[in-house]
Amino acid sequence: MKVAKQTFKFFVLIAFLFANAVAMADTSTKDPVVSGNKVDTVDEIKDYISHHLKDSHDFHFYTHNESGRHYSFSLPVIVWTSNGLKTFMSSAFHHDDAGHVIVDKGDTKLVKIHSKIYELDQGATSVNFDADHHATNAHKVIDFSITKSVFGMLLTGLLMLLGFGALARGFKKGKSIPTGFSRVLEPLVIYVRDEIAKPNIGEKKYRKFMGFLLTVFFFIWILNLLGLTPLGFNVTGQIAVTACLAIFTMIIYMVSGSKDFWAHTLWMPGVPYLLRPILAVIELVGFIVIKPFSLLVRLFANITAGHFVVMSLIALMITMKEAFGPVTSTGMSLVLSLFIMVIELLVAFLQAFIFTMLSSLFIGMAVAEHDHH
Amino acid sequence: MDQLLQDFSPGLFFMQAIILLILIVLMRKFAWKPILDALQSREDGIQNALDAAENAKLEMQNLQADNEKLLKEARAERETMLKEARDLKNKMIEDAKTEAQETANTMIAQAQAAIESEKKSAMAELKNHVSGLSIEIAEKVVRNELSNKEEQLKLVESMLGEATLN
Repeated sequence: MKVAKQTFKFFVLIAFLFANAVAMADTSTKDPVVSGNKVDTVDEIKDYISHHLKDSHDFHFYTHNESGRHYSFSLPVIVWTSNGLKTFMSSAFHHDDAGHVIVDKGDTKLVKIHSKIYELDQGATSVNFDADHHATNAHKVIDFSITKSVFGMLLTGLLMLLGFGALARGFKKGKSIPTGFSRVLEPLVIYVRDEIAKPNIGEKKYRKFMGFLLTVFFFIWILNLLGLTPLGFNVTGQIAVTACLAIFTMIIYMVSGSKDFWAHTLWMPGVPYLLRPILAVIELVGFIVIKPFSLLVRLFANITAGHFVVMSLIALMITMKEAFGPVTSTGMSLVLSLFIMVIELLVAFLQAFIFTMLSSLFIGMAVAEHDHH
Repeated sequence: MDQLLQDFSPGLFFMQAIILLILIVLMRKFAWKPILDALQSREDGIQNALDAAENAKLEMQNLQADNEKLLKEARAERETMLKEARDLKNKMIEDAKTEAQETANTMIAQAQAAIESEKKSAMAELKNHVSGLSIEIAEKVVRNELSNKEEQLKLVESMLGEATLN
């Protein structure tokens, strides 16, 4: 019953957000500079996909081409400029992504170019671009905005707190067998514990790391799944996000490394003395750079590639229309993208699994106590 | 690579770090700890129940074995008791038989002794009687003698012959 109530609450929240989106729909007249409205040519498709793969400052559903209405809702922009903290809603940019709309915050002029916010240099009134389309008289600011990705993460966190909180409350009330949606979540928790944490870290020490492993597993999985919805999240395809996750793992296994781990890393026993410093360097680089890098690149690349492939296949219906006609191209695109979508559903789980698995494997390496030779 | 670095957003990294940190702390406190504790205690409970069932089974088996043993003992005891009773019966019968035999023997002996004494007394009585008869005969003979000499002698003669036969 409780779960049903919470599901209801969740739908109310979603409905509220959508209502908000319509309410905030930008009614300004059609703005010719806005990119990503019409997606008809190969170049436009490329632009659209690369735009999607990036983080964005507003939550954009679609734009009505005739009227130029944007169905989207804006998100707060929080930037640290050379003149201190500036906050405003992203609607101030009027969906401009080419640096034409200048937001004047008194002493600071801000523009948005390719999903990044730039601060105009002192005295400049408009952005000048060089041949490679890089801004010459503006520099990037540190951007703490509630972007689409941050919004996705907050949503995921909320979902996790609600879902697993309900499971925990059920247990706290003395029910030893969960009911409703919690019944689905419980085996997943047991799965992470018994198949990922215990075999890799060991029966004795796994408990301490469960908080991190479980959180990361469900965080990545839910974000991956959110990425497959038409809401257009691409959170785990942001390299900053995966880098942060990988660095968390790295910090955890470096901090909890046992004496044996450090002994084996820095002064490997059973190896000629001359080789030991070389091995130490290799091991350290492996643990500090290579392992986290493999973690972050694997997740980032898989998800980005997945989004890219799905969007390209959906775009088939536009690119193949000339050659095969609208019905065939749409059918092909539908069948292929459905096929890849099912694979992506698997990949969403798989990447969460692999990230958690490797994290626990590395933690297991660090906390292991070897028999002395 | 350059594109990747270009896309890397320090702000997003920072926000992600904060969100992840807060999420881990919150989830640990409000979800994972109670969930894992409950799962652990549930699994322990199941393990305990299984162990208890196993113990009960073993105990049951022990009990059954005990029962079996007791039954066997009881059967053996009954067997011995029956045997003893049978022996006792036999002994009693035997005893009774000997006793009866003895009694009979003594009775027979007594009877024989009584018969013997009776016979003796009868014999004595008979002798007395015979002697009385002899005296009577003698008297009669004597009287006959007195009347006829010849006859008298003949009589004595026959009588004597008779007397010796006796």
